[in-house]
Amino acid sequence: MTRLLRLSGLEPFTLTPDIPFVNVGERTNVTGSARFRKLIVNRDYAAALEVARDQVENGAQIIDINMDEGLIDSKAAMVEFLNLLAAEPDIARVPVMIDSSRWEVIEAGLQCVQGKPVVNSISMKEGEAAFRHQAGLCLAYGAAVVVMAFDETGQADTFARKTEICARAYRILVDEVGFPPEDIIFDPNIFAVATGIEEHNNYGVDFIEATRWIRANLPHAHVSGGVSNLSFSFRGNDAVREAMHAVFLYHAIAAGMDMGIVNAGQLVVYDQIEPELRTRCEDVVLNRRPDATDRLLEIADRFRGGAKEEKGRDLAWRDWPVEKRLEHALVNGITEFIEADTEAARLNAARPLDVIEGPLMAGMNVVGDLFGAGKMFLPQVVKSARVMKQAVAVLLPFMEEEKRLNGGSGRESAGKILMATVKGDVHDIGKNIVGVVLACNNYDIIDLGVMVPPQKILEVAKAEKVDAIGLSGLITPSLDEMVHMASEMEREGLSIPLLIGGATTSKVHTAVKIVPRYSGPAVYVLDASRAVGVVSNLLSPTQKVPYIAQIRAEYAEVSDRHERAERAKLRLPLAQARANALKLDWSGYQVPVPQFLGARAVDDWDLAEIARYIDWTPFFQTWEMRGVYPRILEDEAQGAAARALFADAQDMLARIIAERWFRPRAVVGFWPAQTSGDDIRLYCGEDRQLPLATLHSLRQQHAKRAGRPNLALADFVAPEGGPRDYVGGFVVTAGPEEAAIADAFDRANDNYSAIMVKALADRYAEAMAEMLHQRVRRELWGYAPDEAFDPQELIGEPYRGIRPAPGYPAQPDHTEKRTLFRLLEAEAHTGVHLTESMAMWPGSSVSGLYLAHPESHYFGVAKVERDQVQDYAARKGMSQDEAERWLAPVLNYDPAAKAVA
Amino acid sequence: MQIFQIPDSPNTDLLNRLARERILILDGAMGTQIQALGLGEEDFHGCACRHHSDHPQKGNNDLLSLTQPAAVEEIHFRYAMAGADIVETNTFSATTIAQADYGMEAAVHDLNVAGARLARAALDRATAIDGRPRFVAGAVGPTNRTASLSPDVNDPGYRAVTFDDLRRAYGAQVRGLMEGGADLILIETIFDTLNAKAAIFACMEVFAEAGRRLPLMISGTITDASGRTLSGQTPTAFWHSVAHARPFTVGLNCALGASAMRPHLAELAQAADVAVCAYPNAGLPNAFGQYDEGPEETARQVADFAREGLVNVVGGCCGTTPDHIRAIAEAVADLCPRSVK
Repeated sequence: MTRLLRLSGLEPFTLTPDIPFVNVGERTNVTGSARFRKLIVNRDYAAALEVARDQVENGAQIIDINMDEGLIDSKAAMVEFLNLLAAEPDIARVPVMIDSSRWEVIEAGLQCVQGKPVVNSISMKEGEAAFRHQAGLCLAYGAAVVVMAFDETGQADTFARKTEICARAYRILVDEVGFPPEDIIFDPNIFAVATGIEEHNNYGVDFIEATRWIRANLPHAHVSGGVSNLSFSFRGNDAVREAMHAVFLYHAIAAGMDMGIVNAGQLVVYDQIEPELRTRCEDVVLNRRPDATDRLLEIADRFRGGAKEEKGRDLAWRDWPVEKRLEHALVNGITEFIEADTEAARLNAARPLDVIEGPLMAGMNVVGDLFGAGKMFLPQVVKSARVMKQAVAVLLPFMEEEKRLNGGSGRESAGKILMATVKGDVHDIGKNIVGVVLACNNYDIIDLGVMVPPQKILEVAKAEKVDAIGLSGLITPSLDEMVHMASEMEREGLSIPLLIGGATTSKVHTAVKIVPRYSGPAVYVLDASRAVGVVSNLLSPTQKVPYIAQIRAEYAEVSDRHERAERAKLRLPLAQARANALKLDWSGYQVPVPQFLGARAVDDWDLAEIARYIDWTPFFQTWEMRGVYPRILEDEAQGAAARALFADAQDMLARIIAERWFRPRAVVGFWPAQTSGDDIRLYCGEDRQLPLATLHSLRQQHAKRAGRPNLALADFVAPEGGPRDYVGGFVVTAGPEEAAIADAFDRANDNYSAIMVKALADRYAEAMAEMLHQRVRRELWGYAPDEAFDPQELIGEPYRGIRPAPGYPAQPDHTEKRTLFRLLEAEAHTGVHLTESMAMWPGSSVSGLYLAHPESHYFGVAKVERDQVQDYAARKGMSQDEAERWLAPVLNYDPAAKAVA
Repeated sequence: MQIFQIPDSPNTDLLNRLARERILILDGAMGTQIQALGLGEEDFHGCACRHHSDHPQKGNNDLLSLTQPAAVEEIHFRYAMAGADIVETNTFSATTIAQADYGMEAAVHDLNVAGARLARAALDRATAIDGRPRFVAGAVGPTNRTASLSPDVNDPGYRAVTFDDLRRAYGAQVRGLMEGGADLILIETIFDTLNAKAAIFACMEVFAEAGRRLPLMISGTITDASGRTLSGQTPTAFWHSVAHARPFTVGLNCALGASAMRPHLAELAQAADVAVCAYPNAGLPNAFGQYDEGPEETARQVADFAREGLVNVVGGCCGTTPDHIRAIAEAVADLCPRSVK
């Protein structure tokens, strides 16, 4: 791998050959910036951090931090500033240069940065032994180093001294200490020129030439320097100073200087310097003529005060509406304007609390979303929480005032929250973050720490009368601990909210395992950014009830979905499913003998009468309108369209009846029947000796909750040796006429009427099925002779018995229609026949069985396993392949993967 | 500290050579195997342990090296026989800082010595059977504190632990591991790079005392969707921060399973000029904290790392078992290790 200087903050920085020069920000250096010194001396760290931020925003790729000031404890200031800076991701993304003339300050700084920093500087001024020692430590701490051209006799000023010292340092570092040469940055000392002292005139040239020599002779090493020293004699004339810096850098960079400590906001471009000024600066820097200094002084005053304005930060967002400004400040962690913006928002709001629950929470939700999407990371979220805290602090006095005016007293916390990492778990980082985020929002936090036994939590919760308990845990066993804790809270009769958080916790676990153990609200909190929203809702007098109801509904849904999904996955062996069949009590069961056995056509249909039985809800569904009839007619959104459609339907219905468009036909039959296993055997006569046919059924195979049987249709018919039972069957059709009528409409380009007539024919068939079923119950089979439901009441299926159809969920095998059609001689009686894919033609036809047991009900067989399909195929006398083809939609296995079976 | 005159252990060359010849296998999860034993509070205590504390010890898995040594050795042995070339000691939390939660700070030296000895004994037993050389990696965990993040949002400059606290705690651990016979040191599950830098510093100090430098393995963890460590670093920034250790391997472990690890591993493999190691979890834990991903599934994804030329050492973290390691070893047996630049 190429030897390149590789540094890092939160993000990597590599000095590649295409980067000609690295800007090291100098404004966070107390020796170079009077303003920064004042901020540090006054301990105004917030403003000091802004200085650092400005530099990064202005393009500094590394920031130099220097606290060498006699009035302050440099070591403490270095540690404090670096620690604060680590909490500012937009600054900490760049590497730092830890700058001090005192080794102890540097070492303290090295212990605070997670990235790879640069040490500025070490040298041989105290001899080679100290130099080796410090270089070894820099290596162990993982830092690059700036090496000053400085030895026991002093700082190198001439080309000869600079190159001699740098060469000696290089050999010690590389050969003896084992320092990577690419991590060495030489600083061959930039001294002030144009001081009026003749010996100083060549300092610029000495530096530039030493740079050229180092880059040529000391492989992979870099050259840096503090540029502002150069123009020291022009203090107060920034325009000239900047021009001198630009000219000097232009030539030094060309010679190989690849790093420099500069004010990133004040660099001027060499080409844009006024030509006369540029020439005279060049004369000075390159020591081109003896009178160079005088000539620069001559014109210097003309440029005084013309220094380039420091480039401002992008403050365009300040013009945005206040809600967007608050969001921007929260997302970007900017505290600078938060107080003014919060105040502005408060003036717009009816109550100070509205600012928190409105724009501030909206902003925190954006933060939460960005964090969830990986677009923000934790340190940024923590910063957002700090901004939030400042905003809340602005609002607090107003909220207290409001409370006082309402007769409340003094400052009250928003609530008292107990936080604990559960017994057996020692992870607390997440819990601490949630704690501080809540504390920022005026909640009192009682943090019981880690490995907290349940008794302790309960004791404190009661003694302190807390408003909610937050449990955290990271390892798997903590999940059970939390379930246990919920039971304990229930046992102790608590009803306060229980918050669940931590890496292994989940909404599903909370909903499935914790909620059932605790009658109070138990809520899963995804991450720290969500905690405030959850807690404020749970404790809000107005939001509490609807919020808890909403959470309960959501968790019930999550729990159901989980259970369905789990059940959906598990399949019982067929034998086990059969063992869990529905076992009805057949003792004393009696069902009337039907009026006739065998099949009979029914053709006394009255079209007007059938229409009374139409269920209109599916009719609207045909037209892709969702809603229940008759409410759909009054629906706000689609009511008008529904009414128009319904009116057209009524018009056509009137013609259907008046002009007898349809000729409905039906057949119905009854047979003596007894169940044998999962099959229903039908007999020719009441003696039940001669078998007529077998109706096969499929059994549910999914794992059921305790007490729920694995159903098959056969379970609803009395078993062999039990009481006498019967099964009925039917086919109804609105008739083949609808097809011809629809074709006629199509030919007349009236698609609407074509669809309408088909939709109405379908409704007719369904209504006939409903009507015939009622007649079967009351007369033909007669097991419910007194039933008196109104036609529209029948839609809710309040009656006894069912009419399951082959190909529907209770019996997904369409081929069972063959048996039914044969028994009923359906084609002869009704004209309905089965296509090769077992569809009925005409389409507006319905068929099914009649089962009479009061416990019989509709259900879904759902997916079945290979063992049942093999058994079923054998019972039907069908090959397994064929059975698998017909049952393909309900197979719980891939029939192609046969080898594994 | 004259660390660079310290000779490397002979294993350094051997490991570097092996990791360039074939993909080496690291073992799988210790915690999952211990959990499967279903030990109760009393099992964590034990007459063989001369250390006592009033705190409950259930969950202090490292303590089992002293109280249930046969069980721990058996787990190591099973991993060794499943194909692991490198087996981690049961010392993830054996620092004074992590043990403080259990009141077991005084046991730290014993935990590390015993941890390394148990792994050594298990590996020697395995090597006696099949003659394959195996290496004991002294496992050094992150502790439960962060040196570069404040736990107090009101005081972002506050630190619950300092570099020096960590350096001392790690130093004591590494001394114990070396005394017990560790062949290398594995600094793992790094969520705060500054903690890892303290561990590296401590290793260098202990190596200087011992006059012998063990190979280092360094493994970070990326748990955020942002693709950064908990302390906010990108994979490349992380490598730049630890490259000075001149480790035998750098890599990633734990986190969100192999598929989620892949892009970050690819970035690290691109950035680093040493061997790369990856040992992901067996997928994501389900809602009940169990890992459902089977050996074949994990092995297939890990083998994909190898096919893409990303890895030199592979193994498993949370939820993996000897079966997972066996499947991984088989899946990568015929695949080339990443070429180290």
